[in-house]
Amino acid sequence: MGKKLLIHNDKVPGIETLQVYRANGGYASVEKALKSMSPDQVTDEVKKSGLRGRGGAGFPTGLKWSFLAKPEGVPRYLVCNADESEPGTFKDRYLMEKIPHALIEGMITSSYALGANLSYIYIRGEYFYVARILENAIKEAYEAGWLGKNILGTNFSHDCYVQVGGGAYICGEETALLESLEGKRGNPRIKPPFPAVAGLWGCPTVVNNVETIAAVAPIVNMGGEEYAKIGIGKSTGTKLISASGHINKPGVYEIELGIPVEEFIYSEEYCGGIRNGKKLKAVVAGGSSVPILPTELILKTAKGEPRLMTYESLADGGFQTGTMLGSGGFIVMDEDTSIVKNLFTFARFYHHESCGQCSPCREGTGWMEKILKKFLNGTATEADVDLLWDIQSKIEGKTICPLGEAAAWPVAAAIRHFKHEFIEIAKSKKFVDISHYNRLNKVRV
Amino acid sequence: MGAQVHGTQDFNKAKRAEIKFSDAAMQTVNTIISRYPQGKQKSALLPVLHVAQAEFGGWLSPEVMDYVAEILKIKPIEVFEVASFYTMYNLKPVGKCVLEICQTSSCWLCGAEDIVKYIEKKLNIKVGETTKDGMFTLKTAECLGSCGTAPMMQCGASYHENLTYEKVDAILDNYKSEGKLRSYTDLDYKNTL
Ligand SMILES: Cc1cc2nc3c(=O)[nH]c(=O)nc-3n(C[C@H](O)[C@H](O)[C@H](O)COP(=O)(O)O)c2cc1C
Ligand code: SF4
Ligand code: FES
Repeated sequence: MGKKLLIHNDKVPGIETLQVYRANGGYASVEKALKSMSPDQVTDEVKKSGLRGRGGAGFPTGLKWSFLAKPEGVPRYLVCNADESEPGTFKDRYLMEKIPHALIEGMITSSYALGANLSYIYIRGEYFYVARILENAIKEAYEAGWLGKNILGTNFSHDCYVQVGGGAYICGEETALLESLEGKRGNPRIKPPFPAVAGLWGCPTVVNNVETIAAVAPIVNMGGEEYAKIGIGKSTGTKLISASGHINKPGVYEIELGIPVEEFIYSEEYCGGIRNGKKLKAVVAGGSSVPILPTELILKTAKGEPRLMTYESLADGGFQTGTMLGSGGFIVMDEDTSIVKNLFTFARFYHHESCGQCSPCREGTGWMEKILKKFLNGTATEADVDLLWDIQSKIEGKTICPLGEAAAWPVAAAIRHFKHEFIEIAKSKKFVDISHYNRLNKVRV
Repeated sequence: MGAQVHGTQDFNKAKRAEIKFSDAAMQTVNTIISRYPQGKQKSALLPVLHVAQAEFGGWLSPEVMDYVAEILKIKPIEVFEVASFYTMYNLKPVGKCVLEICQTSSCWLCGAEDIVKYIEKKLNIKVGETTKDGMFTLKTAECLGSCGTAPMMQCGASYHENLTYEKVDAILDNYKSEGKLRSYTDLDYKNTL
């Protein structure tokens, strides 16, 4: 059994309540930080831990914190990104639903390090029932004095609130999230300035993922150096993986970074192998945005080494033969899966979710969806494969935010590794009934 | 996004005069507003719109949006801009139960398409339509963070996971017999039926 730091208590009855959470060692990091450490010391431990952002980009958290501007007399904010809308990702929901206090504890300890007296948890609107669970937990924390004025008799005061979104993937992008939190459309901002300088209401702000913030508590408790001993190289600590698709045991798993992909897919401790005795065909390892890899390349790198669940190993070979750990949304496809059709669901998703500010993204995502639809309704030709490649190649690096790239990468990877499938479909002219997809654009009521 | 949606409904002054939150809803709205610093009450817009949608029949009419603008002391266009951007706000009347079926990858891999077709047939409506009795509206949705328990659908605050035809039958029958509006702000958390 691998070490677990985040959801080790998920099956303890009543763990969602403060009393049980506390009885299981909860809020120790708040006590330790506020009573015996300076804010900078907390940041130092996070730096030493090697913790990297769990929202998808993997940026070192301690470094991000150290960029926070601290002008005199200007409030600073911590904002938790609980928008979790990357297809294939549901780990934050699990953590918040099962152990809400783990996030609140992380919010308090992190806010202390950052000198933030006010923080928000921005949660996707669809998770309304999870927002209620968090609000109940926050209420308990206020009543017990973990939130509010002069926490534990120190001069650190902190308020934490939940804000629900309205249903928009783009609000997971941190500047779109801040716009949304200000009560506006979720249009990403042009950077710089970065949120660390001008974030929420123009004030210095740190935006971190739910899992990142929750990981701060065990880091403070065990010390950054100890945390860094878990994992391999620059992939330290544990990571929540959302496993879905054609596997025997879909669900959220906490892994020690560094276990082999093969073990993750086939061992009984994790996914338990492919459903119905089928063979593995492909995996999208880190949420819909990351390149899909066929069996040969997901189990082993191009050099023939076992592929490991780390940021580096999954990225080995670049986009030619590798992928990314991303958000940890691990989607498994069996031998019967149509890669083209799965790609269509992604393309439609990105078209639907593009905020529309940049033409390469707005138009490109629309064209990609349209062309992929041709493959499904039997009207595509072989030339459409090249057209699709051409369109995706014109988006990367030309947009305000990375959604454009996130839409292009899956298309590029599917063509790179499964071009024969596109060609087969174009040749066969097989008609697939997607009439209800065609009506999709009209479903907005 | 909802960029293609425009305000198709006429503003009705008489209707506008009738719109008012109940005391309980107003209290919720005030609590939400109090979570932001002075002068930043516009930040309350998204959550307040959810309360308004639940309070006024499951959708946001121009009159309701105008009312929300007044409460938050912002311009009506600022409300419409937001309401038309986010998919959870309905700008046209809907049935009491809006069924939102996830159609993205993991759900699709696990049979979401069949579920959509099954419900279309069962309710005799197509995606985007409402049943004649005003009970159900069928929508598709993009990944709702329930990929490990696919296929799934959301109705109001409830997540219905690991769907089968039998489960769908039971859920719809249950909703029908209750006959009440299901909103995102419902308190009954997850309905694991
Ligand atoms: C289109 C898009 C969607 C994103 N969605 C999410 C999300 O749902 N949750 C999240 O934590 N980060 C998301 N991110 C990443 C955030 O912009 C940001 O990097 C992250 O919240 C930083 O937190 P971390 O350093 O703790 O990972 C998204 C980024 C993009 C470009
Ligand atoms: S890349 Fe797409 S989502 Fe991002 S700002 Fe541009 S149009 Fe909007
Ligand atoms: S793909 Fe359906 S909930 Fe994620």
